[in-house]
Amino acid sequence: MPSYTIGGREIDMKLETKLIQAGVGRDEKTGAVSFPVYYATAYRHPALGQSTGYDYTRTANPTRTILEETIAEAETGDAGFACASGMAAVHTVMGLFSQGDHLIVSLDLYGGTYRLFEQVLSRYGLTFSYVDLRNIGALQDAIRPDTKAIFVETPTNPLMQITDIRAVTQLAKQHGLLTIVDNTFLTPYCQRPLELGADIVLHSATKYLAGHNDVLAGLIVTKGEELSEKIRFLHNSIGAVLGPQDCWLLIRGMKTLALRMERHQSNALIVAEKLREHPAVAEVFYPGLAEHPGHEIQVNQATGHSGMVSFRVRDVEQVGLFLQNLQIVSFAESLGGVESLCTYPATQTHADIPQEVREHVGVCDRLLRLSVGIEHPDDVVADLFQALNASLVVGGSVR
Amino acid sequence: MNFATKILHGSTCIDPFTGASSVPIYQASTFHQADIDQPGTFDYARSGNPTRQALEEAIASLEGGARGFAFSSGMAAISSVFMLFSAGDHVVVAEDVYGGTFRFLTKVLSRMGISVTFVDATDTEAVRAAITPVTKGVYLETPSNPTLKVTDIAAVSRIAKKHGLLVIVDNTFLTPYYQRPLELGADVVIHSATKFIGGHSDVVAGLAVTREAALGEQLYFIQNGMGAILGVQDCWLVMRGLKTLKARLDVSTKTAASLADWLSAHPQVSRVYYTGLTDHPGHLIQTQQATGHGAVLSFDVGSRERAKALFDRVKLPIVAVSLGAVETILSYPATMSHAAMPAEERAARGITDGLIRLSAGLEDFDDLVADLKQALDQLPSEVPVHKEKEVFSRA
Repeated sequence: MPSYTIGGREIDMKLETKLIQAGVGRDEKTGAVSFPVYYATAYRHPALGQSTGYDYTRTANPTRTILEETIAEAETGDAGFACASGMAAVHTVMGLFSQGDHLIVSLDLYGGTYRLFEQVLSRYGLTFSYVDLRNIGALQDAIRPDTKAIFVETPTNPLMQITDIRAVTQLAKQHGLLTIVDNTFLTPYCQRPLELGADIVLHSATKYLAGHNDVLAGLIVTKGEELSEKIRFLHNSIGAVLGPQDCWLLIRGMKTLALRMERHQSNALIVAEKLREHPAVAEVFYPGLAEHPGHEIQVNQATGHSGMVSFRVRDVEQVGLFLQNLQIVSFAESLGGVESLCTYPATQTHADIPQEVREHVGVCDRLLRLSVGIEHPDDVVADLFQALNASLVVGGSVR
Repeated sequence: MNFATKILHGSTCIDPFTGASSVPIYQASTFHQADIDQPGTFDYARSGNPTRQALEEAIASLEGGARGFAFSSGMAAISSVFMLFSAGDHVVVAEDVYGGTFRFLTKVLSRMGISVTFVDATDTEAVRAAITPVTKGVYLETPSNPTLKVTDIAAVSRIAKKHGLLVIVDNTFLTPYYQRPLELGADVVIHSATKFIGGHSDVVAGLAVTREAALGEQLYFIQNGMGAILGVQDCWLVMRGLKTLKARLDVSTKTAASLADWLSAHPQVSRVYYTGLTDHPGHLIQTQQATGHGAVLSFDVGSRERAKALFDRVKLPIVAVSLGAVETILSYPATMSHAAMPAEERAARGITDGLIRLSAGLEDFDDLVADLKQALDQLPSEVPVHKEKEVFSRA
C-alpha cells in the first residue's frame, strides 16, 4: 500500500508512513492491526494442481510476505527476501556467482563478510579483490574480464569511510557489473542505494531495522524482475529463511525505525563532538562531523548519519580499562539497538581478518566502535567520559 | 537411559538460574562481555545462543554424536553440510533424494565446482563403482522419499571408510528414535526437523549432528560463517515437539502399518510402498538397521486422473507439501515434493503420476480408513482428462 488518495488525487506515502502501515489491514478476516504470526509450515491445497499461493513455509509464509513487501517498498526495490541472519543474506546473494567469478569488495568491511568470502567461498573458485572504494580510479583499475560485481559497504565498518554510490554504479553499469550495497549502517531511512543505481541492497536487520538487540535477521532487496527471480530461486533452494516469529519482531521493530534513527543520530553527533574534546581520544570517525573526509559525499547521497561512531584512544593500554569501567554502555558485539554498545573490532567483529590486513586498513588495536543508543545523551557522554578518565589512570596516577 | 526418558532428561532441560522446566527463550542478539581478553560463552547470537545450544545438545545426544547444529530449514542444514566440500570434489548421492536436495545439488552447488553422481544406493556395488579419485563423500536418504527404498548404511559406510569418504545420512523419515546412522558408521546426520521432530506443522527447521568433534568444528565454522541458523523461538518449538517424539511416532507408525496392510488389500490400489510390509525389498535390511518403519508410506492408484479424483474426495487428511505431523498429510510427489526434479528423472525413480505419499498423523485409525475407503471406492476407472494448467509447487 505505497499510496493513498485525497479527493481523487494519488499521494505517495512517506517512508515513516509506509513502515507504520506494514501489515495493517492485511488480515482481512479479522482486521487485526498487527499482522498475525503464521506458524503453519504447510498449507492445504484446495485441490490437486491448485494453490492458495502458499504451499510450504520455506518457499513463502504470509507473515514473511508482509516483511518482505515492506522492506522492498522502503528500499524502493522490486522484491524483498528475509533470511536467517545478515550473513545468511550475504551468502544467499553470493549464490548468484559461479566458479571463476571475481568480485571487487570494500577494503574496510565487516569481518564476518570477509571471513565468508576468504574462508568459505574462496573454496568454490570465487575470487575477491579488496579495494578502497573511496578511490574510484582504484576501482576502475581493479575491474577484470572475469569481474561480475562490486560489493560496497558505506559507511564502512568500522572506519566510517564513505563511498560515492552513484560513481560506483555508473562505472559498474559501463562494465555490466552488479552493484551490491550493504545498507546496514544507514537503513533506507537515511540512504536508498537502489535509487542511486545499485542492483541489490543487503541488511543485517539484526541492527537498526529490528533495533532492540533481540532478533537475528537478514534482508535482501532486488531491483528488476530477472534478478528478483534468481534470488527467489536461491532463497528457496538454499533455505536460509527467517522464521515467522522473527519476521513479526522485525516488522514490529521497523515501525519505530524513523523515531529511533532520529534519536540515534542526534545522540551520536553529541557523542562524536564530545569525544573529540577528551584528552584520552586521538581520533573520532563520524560522517556527520563536517571535518569527516567523506562528509560531502555522505550529505549528497544520504539524509542522515545514523548512530555509529568509532574512535581511537591514544594508547592500546587504555582499551581494557576503558571497557571495564563502562557502566551504561555495554561491551558487546553488535550495533543498532536502543541500548548503547561498545565493540572492540580487533578481537570481536574483525577478529577473523589477519592482523596485518586489519592494521593496513586502519582497524588498529586502539580503535573502538560505539553504537550510540537512544538513552539521554548526557548519561552516555558521562559514562564514556568517566571510563575514558579511568583509562588514563595507571598505578594510581594519571598516564 | 532409554530413548523415551532421554528425550526428556538426556541433556540441558532445567534452567540453572530459575529451575524452569522449559528452557527459556533467549531473544538477545548479543551478550555483554566482562573482559576483552576472555570472551564469555556467548558473544553474538549467530555464533551461539543458550536456547539454540539446548536444542543442539539435545539432538547430538539423541543421535549419539559429538556436536549438534540447528539451521533455519532442512535445506539450510543440507546446503550448509555440503559446504564441507570444495570446488573439484565429487559426491556420490542416492538417486531418489528429496526434490529440493536434487535442485540444490544440480542448480546451485554444481556452479561451485562440486560434481555429484546419482546412484541407486540400495545397490552397494553401484556406490562403490561410482567412487572416483576425487570423491569426498556419500550422501544417503534411507528410507528414500517417496518410494521408501532402503540403503544398507553400515555396508555403504564400510566402503566409504576404505576410500576416506564422509558418509552423510538424511534421517528425516525415521528420526533417532528408530534409526541412528552414526552408530552404523555415518559421519553426519541431517534432519528436516520441520517433519517428525518438530511434529506439528508449525516450525521450519533443520538439524545436523557430527559423530566426531573435529568435523563438528568444521561444520560450526560454516554454520557461523554462512549464518543459516535457527531463530530462538523456532528452537524452542522444536524442543517442545521433541518431547513427544516417541509418543507421537508410536501411534503414527502403528497407524501407517495398519494402513499399509489395508491399502495393499484394496482393489483400487496397484502398489503400496512401506518398509514394514514383508514383501518390501528393503524389509530385511530395514529391520536390521532400524527399530521401526516410521509413519510414511506411498501408494499408487494408477494414473494422474485417479490420483486427482482421490485428492478431491478425501476429507480428513491435509493435502499439502510436508510430512511428519500430528495431522495426516497426503501429497502428490509429481507436482509437490519432487516438482523440482525433471519429469524424466522422476520417471526413472519410479515417481509415477499415480503415486501418492501418505504421512500418518494421530487421528483415529478407523476414521482415516473410513475416509480413504469412501474416496477409493468411488474412484472411477476412467475419468475425462482435464486440460487445466498444471501448477507446480516451488517448495
